Amino acid sequence: MTTVNDRLPIPPTNAAKSNLVCHFCIVGCGYHVYKWPANKEGGRAPDQNALGLDLREQQAPLLMTMSTAMHNVITDRDGKRYNILVLPDKECVVNKGLSSTRGGKLATVMYNPNGLTKERLKHPRLFMGDEWLDTSWDYALAIYAGLTKKILDEAGPDQVMFNCFDHGGAGGGFENTWGTGKLMFSAIQTQMVRIHNRPAYNSEVHSSRDMGVGELNNAYEDAELADVICTIGNNPFETQTNYFLAHWAPNLDGTTIDKKKEWFGEETDGVAGRIVIVDPRRTPTVSISEYIAGADNVLHLDIQPGTDNALMNGLLTYVADQGWHDQEFIAASTSGFDDMLAANRLTLEETSTITGVPVEKLQMAAEWMFKPRENGYRPRTMFAYEKGVIWGNNNYSTIGSIVNLALATHNIGRRGTGCSRMGGHQEGYARPPYPGPRPAPYIDQEIIKGNGQMLTVWGCNAFQTTLNAEQYREEVYRRANIVKEAMAQALGATPEEMVDIIYKAVTEDGGLFITVIDLYATAFADAAHLLLPAAHPGEMNLTSMNGERRIRLSEKFMDPPGSAKPDCLIAADIANAIKALYEAEGNEEMAARFSGFDWTTEEDAFEDGFRRAGVAEIDSQGGPTGDLVTYERLRAMGNDGVQLPVVEYTDGKLIGTEMLYTDGKFSTDDGLAHFLPTPWGGYARVVEEQKEKYRFWINNGRTNHMWQTAYHDRFIPFANDRYPLTPLELNPDDAAELGIESGDVVEVYNNRGATFALAYVEPAIKPGQAFMMFGHHRGVAGDLVTEWVDENIVPYYKGAWADIRKVGVISEYKETVTFKSRRYV
Amino acid sequence: MHKQTVSRRGFLKLGGATAATVGFVAITPQMAAAQEEATAPNVALPYPDVDLTDLATTVTSEAPQYFNYPDDSSPCIMLKLGKPAPGGVGPDKDIVAYSVMCTHQGCPLNYDAQTNTLKCPCHYSIFDAELGGNMVIGSATVPVPQVELEYDEATGAVRATGLTGLLYGRVSNIL
Repeated sequence: MTTVNDRLPIPPTNAAKSNLVCHFCIVGCGYHVYKWPANKEGGRAPDQNALGLDLREQQAPLLMTMSTAMHNVITDRDGKRYNILVLPDKECVVNKGLSSTRGGKLATVMYNPNGLTKERLKHPRLFMGDEWLDTSWDYALAIYAGLTKKILDEAGPDQVMFNCFDHGGAGGGFENTWGTGKLMFSAIQTQMVRIHNRPAYNSEVHSSRDMGVGELNNAYEDAELADVICTIGNNPFETQTNYFLAHWAPNLDGTTIDKKKEWFGEETDGVAGRIVIVDPRRTPTVSISEYIAGADNVLHLDIQPGTDNALMNGLLTYVADQGWHDQEFIAASTSGFDDMLAANRLTLEETSTITGVPVEKLQMAAEWMFKPRENGYRPRTMFAYEKGVIWGNNNYSTIGSIVNLALATHNIGRRGTGCSRMGGHQEGYARPPYPGPRPAPYIDQEIIKGNGQMLTVWGCNAFQTTLNAEQYREEVYRRANIVKEAMAQALGATPEEMVDIIYKAVTEDGGLFITVIDLYATAFADAAHLLLPAAHPGEMNLTSMNGERRIRLSEKFMDPPGSAKPDCLIAADIANAIKALYEAEGNEEMAARFSGFDWTTEEDAFEDGFRRAGVAEIDSQGGPTGDLVTYERLRAMGNDGVQLPVVEYTDGKLIGTEMLYTDGKFSTDDGLAHFLPTPWGGYARVVEEQKEKYRFWINNGRTNHMWQTAYHDRFIPFANDRYPLTPLELNPDDAAELGIESGDVVEVYNNRGATFALAYVEPAIKPGQAFMMFGHHRGVAGDLVTEWVDENIVPYYKGAWADIRKVGVISEYKETVTFKSRRYV
Repeated sequence: MHKQTVSRRGFLKLGGATAATVGFVAITPQMAAAQEEATAPNVALPYPDVDLTDLATTVTSEAPQYFNYPDDSSPCIMLKLGKPAPGGVGPDKDIVAYSVMCTHQGCPLNYDAQTNTLKCPCHYSIFDAELGGNMVIGSATVPVPQVELEYDEATGAVRATGLTGLLYGRVSNIL
């Protein structure tokens, strides 16, 4: 049915129906999958189709969501073909029947050998000479395991390095973080691991955690109940779309006024919520919020880039000087307030000078969010922050400054408040403890310096997403080619001989052996020697949790392509292959280290990790009550799942935790939240240098059309053709001065790299600033970012400055890409 | 899209020069099959031809025209863009028409004349009327369907003959 796009096959009443949580963002919208044989169809009458809809009639607005992108034809391993329809779940408390443009394409991204996803890796592949060759798992594992063992025996675990995911959803999940974690940390025992989006094994929120505040401490429902939402470095309309539409928007448009009064009586403003948006850029979220709430109810604090820390300190100082802080709460539940305030003091005038926000606006923001109301009621302000500060100017200090303000005003632990990160991917972390120090080793720099003998790139793609990306790629390519040349000489070598050849290249000649484990041959595969094919949710059962700690089970409904497998089972195969090698030479100690991977299914991995967090040394987001969660119990909870940590299992239902810290006890040894001195420190020297040298601040982030590194979207015309090159938003006056029009190809260049982008003239962008899509497959923003990291090795991706010039025109793009404003008003 | 043989299908003859309603009898596939001798259905749907000449001569860039296509349950909008565009007809190749049911959840799209976009008030999707209804930003997963228009230079007649893409709220563009 490739040419027909004006019809959809109708699911029959006996279509198989399963639950699937979206693969993609932190929100984790709930979906249903209908699956039925390809040559069958239901009928249009309500009793003839699985949806119970009268499809003889035009459906009314808001009743359903069903487009051709939500349909696909898949082939199971037995060769049978099936229709699938993946539709948003109307009953799911998270998305209430909404789908974003990303989750709406779930059916499209499932494997179809004749469709848009036909480039999926199906079998292990080895780069021999000058070509990729399909091979068997046994052969591939013989090389991978043989090399790992040889390096371990000779040099130790520090030469075995990983770039590995640590999140949920596709390319993640509790089963898969456990499988990979057990292999890396318990078996191999390496500390040389970086994460999908940052170059070391660290947290994105160290300061919040150090202060005793877990970073996901409220529920999505709290956004409906807040008097004020304060969103910092975050563009939720594009990046957490259905959390914004299903939970923030009903507050901003007044729908939840009655609910607030029911819940809180007099202890609410009792009006439509207001919103304070801290972002140098007028994002689509600013625009939509003004449309929904009215401009009077939106305060856009368009700070100078990287000055969030100063803003928070200034607001806190003002709040404290006014006496608006909750002294009772501070005394009962916290420590260190006075020292923190002394260290952080900034007058409103100083704050205004640093941030560029007028004093009156700062005062208005403080009044909205913190001034006790006439009846003494302390307003509920919900803080939501994300990559603008996580990848901001000094992550540790900045996030600490936000938590300081939230704590001081008791906006943690009260319903309708919270101080949470918004999240990017879903979460799904369960691993043995990380065996390395804090700060952890800066893995990118280790690779660049020539360390590491083998690197496994697991479910991620630093070529498109890391900082200082050009130097990183250049070094990786250079070292990988050394191994490629060595392998090319190995005509007719056995796996054992190949291992020796590779080993020589990586120990004597400075080479690096690279394995990519992924759904597709991503950009990193260009530098790889071995590819192993992985699976995503739906092809495996998978558990993850969303931004309000809601764990759900996505059910398997089809087979992965070829011999592809879930990451946890790949980890088990690797461990078992290495174990067999040690057993063969009688090394019992090492064989024991690689034991414990007798898993047949992903559920076995779930049982081994998540469910044992109370009895074994396991860092798990499920905590010690993880054993109450089973696949069977989750299946019964459907797409609503349960919010971790689970409290009990009663009457066939899992009971969870909506909000953390409601009892005023925090995640520290003494149970008190610890205020953190976070004085404003300006910019790092290398950043300051770039800032002085180059004209444009190159802000970067996401667009609502594309997910992550576009590993699917590059094959899907609806997304790829919308942004065939990374888009770059530019101020109209700047563009005119540089002779640039929308649709021109521009070069963005500085002292770290140069890349191309598609100019998108946008009046909302300030002079001297630009906004580029991050992680795109054609145009990598990370090429421009310096290697600077904070004290915990967290990058400042948002802190790049560069020059821009016109390169030329690709007329096809100028004619087929829309450059209309993405701001609603 | 190639027009089906109307009389053979027992489908109606379409007149109707006025904008608002096009009167016809919708025939469901079951009815059609009963009337037909037993042949396998064609792949292409039997889109009606609808004459829109009056609308096409009335439409201006300030005054879009509304009509229904392919039936009364599917409201559409005709625009005069002021510049040639994909699918555009008329002497200036700038007359286009689209479904106004958002392909996300079917809310009625509003036309923004300043930007030649169609904007949804429900979840804020924006579609570009100058570019085949492609989504600028929003929650839809397919463009808003464009009404295929034919223009007879000699007579100045404009007809709707089909739709690109599936309308919201249907499993087939022809009910």
